[in-house]
Amino acid sequence: MGSRLPTMLKDAGLTTLVAATLGIFLVGFRTVDVGSRTGLGFDYQFFDLGVALVVIFFGRLGLSLAATGQRWPAIALGVVMIAIGASPLKLPSGFLHWFVVLGGLLLVIRAAWPWANQALVSAAHTPTGRLVDRIGSKWLGWLLLALAILLPFTPFADQKTMDLSVLILTYVMLGWGLNIVVGLAGLLDLGYVAFYAVGAYSYALLSTQQGLGFWAVLPLAGMLAASFGIVLGFPVLRLRGDYLAIVTLGFGEIIRLVILNWFDLTNGPAGIGSIPGPTLFGAVFAETAPAGQQTVAEMLGIPFNGIQRLIFLYYLILVLALITNLFTQRMRRLPVGRAWEALREDETACKALGINPTNTKLTAFAIGAMFAGFAGSFFAAKQRFISPESFTFIESAIILSIVVLGGMGSQIGVVLAAVLLIGTPEWFRDLGSYRMLAFGLAMVLIMVFRPRGLIAHREPSLRLHPVRRAGAP
Amino acid sequence: MNDVAPLIEVEHLTMRFGGLLAVDDVSFTAKPSQITAIIGPNGAGKTTVFNCITGFYKPTIGRLTLRGDRDYLLERMLGHEIGRTARVARTFQNVRLFPGMTVLENLLVAQHNKLMHASGMSVFGLLGLQRYRTAETHAIEIARRWLERIGLVVDADRPAGELPYGAQRRLEIARAMCTEPRLLCLDEPAAGLNPRESAQLNALLVSIRDQDGVSVLLIEHDMSVVMRISDHVVVLDYGRKIAEGPPAEVQRDPAVIGAYLGTAEGEVPDA
Repeated sequence: MGSRLPTMLKDAGLTTLVAATLGIFLVGFRTVDVGSRTGLGFDYQFFDLGVALVVIFFGRLGLSLAATGQRWPAIALGVVMIAIGASPLKLPSGFLHWFVVLGGLLLVIRAAWPWANQALVSAAHTPTGRLVDRIGSKWLGWLLLALAILLPFTPFADQKTMDLSVLILTYVMLGWGLNIVVGLAGLLDLGYVAFYAVGAYSYALLSTQQGLGFWAVLPLAGMLAASFGIVLGFPVLRLRGDYLAIVTLGFGEIIRLVILNWFDLTNGPAGIGSIPGPTLFGAVFAETAPAGQQTVAEMLGIPFNGIQRLIFLYYLILVLALITNLFTQRMRRLPVGRAWEALREDETACKALGINPTNTKLTAFAIGAMFAGFAGSFFAAKQRFISPESFTFIESAIILSIVVLGGMGSQIGVVLAAVLLIGTPEWFRDLGSYRMLAFGLAMVLIMVFRPRGLIAHREPSLRLHPVRRAGAP
Repeated sequence: MNDVAPLIEVEHLTMRFGGLLAVDDVSFTAKPSQITAIIGPNGAGKTTVFNCITGFYKPTIGRLTLRGDRDYLLERMLGHEIGRTARVARTFQNVRLFPGMTVLENLLVAQHNKLMHASGMSVFGLLGLQRYRTAETHAIEIARRWLERIGLVVDADRPAGELPYGAQRRLEIARAMCTEPRLLCLDEPAAGLNPRESAQLNALLVSIRDQDGVSVLLIEHDMSVVMRISDHVVVLDYGRKIAEGPPAEVQRDPAVIGAYLGTAEGEVPDA
C-alpha cells in the first residue's frame, strides 16, 4: 500500500486541480443583480467550491484505492462521506449535502461491487440460485404483469401513483414500439416522436372537428401514423447508421414544425383543447353527462369518483401496451421478424440471400410508427389538450434511451428502463432542480455496470433442441 | 461434357472504377453441375467478377446470362432479386453470418422468401394457421439436414458468432445452400482453414455438385482445393482472362506460371 500511496495522492491532487480549474468559473463566481446602476456584481462562493474540491480529492483517492483492491479503506472513506453529508453539520448549501452523500454512496458501491458480483455469480451456481434464475427469466414478465393488473386495488393507488403509472405505461408502449425499429431491425430512429404526434393530432382533430369517438379513431390514427412511416421511410431507408439517424431526426423536427406553423389546421402553438376522453361502452367519465349520454358512474350504479377515470385510463394503456408486446413477440417468431434481426446483423448478407432490404425495413418502420400512433391517440385522450410542445426531440431521446438502457431488443428490459427513467425523476422530485443530476447518475451507473443494457440476453426465436431442465446435465 | 449448354454465360464483362480497369473484357461460361474455379494473383479482379454476377456491382459493359427456367440477364437485376428469382447464392471472403442469431436461425433466414410466402406476408403466421406451421416445420427439417451434413447439429441453438472459424465457413455455405440456388458462388471458402478442415470442405463441395446437382463457382487461392475438385479453371490476371481449361492443362500453361511466379523478363507472354 505504501509504495502506491504517493501515486494515488498525486492522481487525486491532479483531479482536484482539474476540478478546481473548471469549478472556479462555474461554481466560484456567481453574477448577481445588485440593483443599482452598476448592474451586475459578483457573489463569491469559494467556500462551496472548497468543500466540493475536498470531496473530489477524497472521492478520487477512494476510487483509486478501490481499483487497486484495497476495499476497506475505500469503504471507510465512503461511509465517512455519507456520514458528513447526512449529519446536521452546516454545509453552505443543501446541494452540497447531496453531493457528499451521493459521492460517498458511489464510492461504497464501487468498492463493494466485486464482492457483490462474486456473491451473485456464486449464488447463481447453487441449486436455489438456478431456480431463482429460471423463475426470473421465465416468470419475471408474468410477475410484473400480475403486479400491473393488481396495482389499482392496492392501497398505494392514489391519484399521484396512478398518474405516474399511466405515464410509465405510455412510455413502455412507446419503448416496445420503438424496440421493433431500433432493437429488432437495427434502424436508429431519432424522430420516433413524430409518429406519436401524428397519432395524437389525428385523434384531437378527428374528435373535435368530425365528432368521431376514441374507439373509431384509434385504428385510424394507427393507420395514419403507419402511412406517415411508409412515406417518410421510403426515401430514407436506403441510408445506414448515422445518416439514417440524422435524417429521421430531421423528419421528427419537420413534423413538429409543420404542426407548429399550420395554424388553420392545428391551431399552432396554442394547441388543441377540450378533446373528449375515451368512453366505456359509450359512457363518459364525468360527474355530469352531456346531453344524450350517460356517465360511467350512472351506468354501473356506483358513486362518482375522479379516480375512476384514471383507473380506466390505466387499464386502457395497459391493454394497448400488452397488445404491442404480444404483436412484437409474435412477429419475432415469423420470417419477417427474423429478417428484421438479420438486417440488423448484416444487411449485405441479407441481400445475398434474396431478402428485399427496403421492404423489410419499411414493415418495421411502419409497424413501429403504427404503435406510436396508437399511443399518441391515447395521450391526446388522456391529456385532453395537446400542443407541439409535447412532441419535441427530447421525447424521442427519452424513448430511445429506454430502449437502449433496457438492452436492445429485450421486452422486459424496456419495462425496467421505463420505470427507472420515467420513475426516477418523479421520485427524486424532492431534490428540486438537482433531480436531473440523480437521473444522470443512475444512467451512468447502469451503463458502467451493465454496458449492454439491463437485460442483454437474447432468447432465440426458435430452437432445434428443447431447453434442458435446470439441474439436469 | 462440352455439348452441354452453359448455366451461366459471362460475355465481355468489363468493370471500371473511375480510372481503374478492374475487369477487362472477360468472357467465360460455367456448366451445370460442375465446379468452376476462378483463380489469379491478388488484385486480378476475381472478387469484382463475383460482385458483378451477384448484383453487388453493376458492370460497366458486358452481359451475364443465367439459364434457369428462363434466361435471366443478371446485369439488369437488383441485388436481392438475383438471389430470389435467378437463384444465385454467394458467400463472402470475410465470413458474413448473422453473429447474434443462432445457427438454426441463420439457416431459416436463408429460407425467408419461401417462408414469407407461406406465412401470407405474415398474416397467416400471425393467426397461427396450419399452413404456415407446416411450412416452418419443413424449413426446420431442411436446416437440420444441412446441419447434419456440416456436422453442427449440436450447435444449432448457439449464436453463430460463437462458433470456431472453420465451422462459421461451413455454416455460411450451408446457409447459401438453404436458398436452394442454381449457382453457388464461393469467395475463397478455404481461406484460413487448416488442412483437415480444407479436406472436409473439398468433400462438402463435391457432394454439393454430385448430390444436389448445383453448379459451384469458386474463387480460391488454395491450389490443393482448386486442382483436386474443380472441373474447369479460369485464370485472371490484371483484370484479363489469361487462360481457361481443365485444371491439369491450366497448371502447365506458361502464361499462368508467368502470372504467378513472374517470367524471366518480368513480362507475361501472350496466352
